[in-house]
Amino acid sequence: MANGSGRPLSPHLQVYRLPLTAVMSITHRITGVGLAVGTLLLTWWLVAAAVGPDAFARAQGFIGSPIGLLFMFGWSVALYYHLCNGIRHLVWDAGKSFELTDADRNNKIVLGATAVLTVLTWIVGLAAW
Amino acid sequence: MASNSSKSSLRSPLAHARGLGSAKHGTEHWWGQRLTAIALVPLTVWFVFGVIGHLGADHAAFVAWMKSPFSAVMMILTAGVVFHHAHSGLQVVIEDYISAEWQKLAVLIAVKFVSFALAAACVLAVVKIFIGA
Repeated sequence: MANGSGRPLSPHLQVYRLPLTAVMSITHRITGVGLAVGTLLLTWWLVAAAVGPDAFARAQGFIGSPIGLLFMFGWSVALYYHLCNGIRHLVWDAGKSFELTDADRNNKIVLGATAVLTVLTWIVGLAAW
Repeated sequence: MASNSSKSSLRSPLAHARGLGSAKHGTEHWWGQRLTAIALVPLTVWFVFGVIGHLGADHAAFVAWMKSPFSAVMMILTAGVVFHHAHSGLQVVIEDYISAEWQKLAVLIAVKFVSFALAAACVLAVVKIFIGA
């Protein structure tokens, strides 16, 4: 690629198809930010329980409403993804699994574990509810 | 400073680095993020089971759960470590994506204040339920 100066250009993000490993890397950040927003609901839940039965019933009512369940589903996916991919980051921090073949395999493990844990949680959750 | 950093300077590399930041705490943030991440693995598992067990629970059932010393300690630990970890992560994201210095500083301070406030609210809520005030 030329840009007039004769120096190479880095891949253009709007036309470059990111490899799965790169997509999963940015997804880790996105899920992290999403989970940070979710701490607002955690705070509401705990504070409502401390305030009293009426406030707690309102918080539980929101969580059980269609929009609340949608948020809970999103947060459960984000939580399991961030947990599984976070463990993978800890493995990287330990200096392991840097080969491309490892990365490809671990992509599948993280995505598979996220799906299985999310589905299991909702089966158990809806049965217990 | 331009003359100090030029290649013709007679000052040693150490003299150039002095005063430009501490060399002793560079890994503190990174390490804190990892330690909280490790702590959150078991805490998250406990939390998920706790939430599933209290879906649609009434107030009395929730209070009974938080009256158990083990549950109260685990919830306080979870809230504390969650906000520490969330703050560490948000800080890195903010530092990476906000380039204007004053905006970066303003958002960093706001996120830090909100994180501390929410963590304090969560801890007080659990303590209040536990001691039955």
